[in-house]
Amino acid sequence: MSLTTLFESIQHKFGKQIQSMHAEHEDQAYIFMSDPDIRPITEYLRGEFQARLVSVFAEDRRSEEGVFFNYYVFEQKGDTQFLIARAPVPAADPRFPSLSAELPAVNWQEREIQDWFGLTAVGHPNPRRVALHDNWPDVHPLRKDFPMDMVLPPFEGERHIYRPALGEGVLQVPVGPIHAGTIEPGHFSFAVAGEPILYLQLRMFYTHKGTEKLFEKLPIHKAVFLAESISGDSSFSHGTAFCQAIERAAEIEVPSDALIMRTVLLELERLCNHVADIGAIANDVGFVVANAHASRLKEMLFAANEQLAGSRLLRGMVCIGGVRRTWGAWQVELLRVAIDAFTREFRDLVALINSSESTRDRLEHTGILKPEIARDLGIVGVGGRASGIDLDVRRDHPYAAYRHLSFKVPVYQVGDVWHRMQVRIDEVQESISMIREAASRNLSGQFRVPVPPIPPNRCALSAVEGWRGEIIHWIRTGPDNHLERCKIKDPSLNNWPALVEAVQGNIIADFPVINKSFNLSYSGTDR
Amino acid sequence: MFKILQKTIRTGIVTTTYPNKPARISDHFRGRPSFDFEKWQDARPAADECPTGAISWRDTDGSRRVTVDYGLCVFCGLCAEASPAAVSLTKEFELATADRGSLVLTAEYTLNPDGTHRNLSAVSHGRANAEADVEGVGAKARETIQKLLGRSLSIREVDAGSCNGCELEIVALNNPIYDIERFGIHFVASPRHADMLLVTGPVTRNMELALLKAYRAIPEPKLVVAVGACGISGGIFGKSYASLGGVDTVVPVDVYIPGCPPRPQALLQGILVAVGRLRERRYDERPSR
Repeated sequence: MSLTTLFESIQHKFGKQIQSMHAEHEDQAYIFMSDPDIRPITEYLRGEFQARLVSVFAEDRRSEEGVFFNYYVFEQKGDTQFLIARAPVPAADPRFPSLSAELPAVNWQEREIQDWFGLTAVGHPNPRRVALHDNWPDVHPLRKDFPMDMVLPPFEGERHIYRPALGEGVLQVPVGPIHAGTIEPGHFSFAVAGEPILYLQLRMFYTHKGTEKLFEKLPIHKAVFLAESISGDSSFSHGTAFCQAIERAAEIEVPSDALIMRTVLLELERLCNHVADIGAIANDVGFVVANAHASRLKEMLFAANEQLAGSRLLRGMVCIGGVRRTWGAWQVELLRVAIDAFTREFRDLVALINSSESTRDRLEHTGILKPEIARDLGIVGVGGRASGIDLDVRRDHPYAAYRHLSFKVPVYQVGDVWHRMQVRIDEVQESISMIREAASRNLSGQFRVPVPPIPPNRCALSAVEGWRGEIIHWIRTGPDNHLERCKIKDPSLNNWPALVEAVQGNIIADFPVINKSFNLSYSGTDR
Repeated sequence: MFKILQKTIRTGIVTTTYPNKPARISDHFRGRPSFDFEKWQDARPAADECPTGAISWRDTDGSRRVTVDYGLCVFCGLCAEASPAAVSLTKEFELATADRGSLVLTAEYTLNPDGTHRNLSAVSHGRANAEADVEGVGAKARETIQKLLGRSLSIREVDAGSCNGCELEIVALNNPIYDIERFGIHFVASPRHADMLLVTGPVTRNMELALLKAYRAIPEPKLVVAVGACGISGGIFGKSYASLGGVDTVVPVDVYIPGCPPRPQALLQGILVAVGRLRERRYDERPSR
C-alpha cells in the first residue's frame, strides 16, 4: 500500500487522534498523535497490515515541548518503510497505556521506559523494575534533569526478589552474576524438579553503563567509538548503525566504495561470530575438537580483519561519511585468499560436525522455541529464523550495498539448537558468496566524504542486521555537534525471553548449549 | 573418529611461538601511538579528536602541560591523523605494567600567543595512583607472590561491566593458537580455586559487589590484573551514575594491560609479567638530550 493511501486511511479512521503525518527521509514516515493512547492504531496496523512492532522507546522533551514522547516503530512485511508513531505523554500525568498484555514483545521495553524515564505503563502485567535493580534509589537516569555524573548513595536492600518456585522436590538453583566460564554477567534462577527445568527467571542489567545517557554527552564524532563499545562482538554493526543514523539526519551521501567496504566488513563480522558459535555449540556438548578447529578459523578471519581494518574486532574503521581508510589491491587480494582458505576449512568443519552422531543427537530436539511463541515474543535474528520468523534487515530494509547483492535468508520451523546452528551454517555460506561478490567490485573511487556541520533537531532511524539480528539506532540531533537522544536496541533485548521459553522441560545440563545457541549480548541488552 | 584424527594430523601444529619469538602481526595493526614531543607544536587537534580524553592539555601562566594516558587509549589512531608530524602509530602492544603511573606521560611547554606551544622543557612519567609511591614495598611483596605462583597459575576471569570485546580476546587465549595452558595457566570457575583475578571493566555499580566478593573469595596470596582501557580507567565510559571507572577503584590492581581490547599476545604478556615470568617492556619517549 502506498504511503498516501495509508495516511488517508489512518486519517479517516483516527482523525481526532492524529496531529499530523509526514514522510521523513526515504524510508521513514512519522505519525504524530495528539494523545498517548497507542492501542487502537497498533491494533489497526497489526490487523489490517500485519505490521510488526519493532521497537518502543521514549524521549524527554519537557524543556522544549512540555511533554515526554513515546515512539512506536512499525514495519510492514514487504515494505522498506518504517512507520513511526509518536505519542505525547504529559509531564503532569506521566502515564501511558501498556501494550504488553497483548504484545509480550514489548514487555521489557515498556518497563525500560518506566525505569529510565519515570513514565508509568498502565495495565502492564508485570510492572516490576527491569533496567534498574530494585536496590537503586528512585531515579530516572534518562530524564534530562538527571545529571550523568550523579553520585548515587550506597545501595541497600534486595537487588531483586525472585518468584518462589514451590512444590515437593522443587529446588531453586541460583547462577551468577559471575558465570563459570569467561562470559558476561547476569543472574539466572532455575527452578528444577530433578533434572528438568521448570521455570527460569533472568536478572539482567548488571553491566548497565549508562550508554544511552552518555551518547547525549559526547560530541558526535567521538560517539562513534561509544557505538562500537555497545557490544564488542558487534562493534562494526553497531558502529555502522550509528553512522548511518547520523548520515541520514545530516543528509550525507556515502560514496559507493564505502558502502561496499562496509558490506564486506559487516559480513566478515558475521563470519567471525557464526563460526565461533558453531564451535562453541559443539564444545558445549563435548565435541572439543570441532571447537578447536572453529576457533582456529576465527583466528584466520581475525588476522584478515587486522589487515583490512587495523583491528581484530574491526574497530576504528567505520566513520560518519564512509570508512576511515581504503584498501589497496593487495588487501583485496588478501581478502580473497583468506576467504578461499576459510571456505575450504569451513567445509571440513561442517563435515566433521555432521559426522558426529552423538553431537547431532544432543542438539536435535534440544531447547525448542516454537514459532508461535517466537512470534509472540518478537524474536529476531538467528534465533527467530530457526523458529520460522522470516526477518532480515539486509533484505527487508536494504542498506550499505545489500540491494546490489543476491542472497538467501535461511528459515527453519523446528526451532531447536541444531537448527539455530544450521541457520548459522547456511548464513556463513551466504556471507562467503556476498563477500566474494562485493570484493570483486573495483575500489578506486572516494571512500569518505567530509562531514558538514550536523544540523540540530533532526531525527533518524537506522537499522542493521548484525550477526545476532536486528539492530536499531534512533537519534535526535542537538546543537554543537551533540545528540539530544540516542536510542539503541540490540537484538538481545528482544531475545532473552526466548531463552526462558526454550529451556523449559530441558535438563539443566543442557542449559549452557541452549544459551550458547542464542548467544545473546549482556552488554548490548544492559547498555 | 578416523576423520577427526585425519583432520588433526593434516592441520598440524598451529600454536604461536610467542613470547619466545616476537609476534607476527600485520603492519596495519594499530599499536601504541608514539609522540615526538620535541616536534609537537600543538596538542589541541589530537586532544579534540581523542574519543576517550587520553590526550589532554592544561594551560597555566604562559605554559602548557600536555598529558598522554595509555591507560585511556583505545588505539583508534585519530591522534596520528590529526597531528601527523608529531604522532605516529607503532606496532607495539606489550604495554602491560605494574605501575599505573608509567602509562601516563606529561610534557611541559611554553605557550605561544596563538595557542600553539614550543620549547619542550620536560617529559615525565606521571603518577596516576598512590600505589606508585610504595613501589618498593609493592615490588617486594610481588616477588614473594611470584615465587609462589610463578610456575602454575589459576585465573578467575570477571567481567565487571565490559562491552564483551575483552572477553572475546580472553577466550582466544584458550584456542590452539595462543594455548595458554602450555604455560601451566588455567581458567577456573571458582574464585576459591584461583590465584589471579583477571578483570575487565568498567566496573558498573551493579557489578561492584560481585567483584568484591570474588576478590575476597580468592585465597592469599593473590594477584589482580586489570584488562583494557575500561578496566584500567573506565575508558570511554569513564565515571558516571552507572559506572565506577577502573578496576582499581574497587580492588587493588597488580598489573594493567592496555588495549581496546588488548590482543591475545598482549594479554599473555601481561599475565606472564604479573607472575614474574616476563619482564615489563619499557618504552622511552623522553628526548635524548
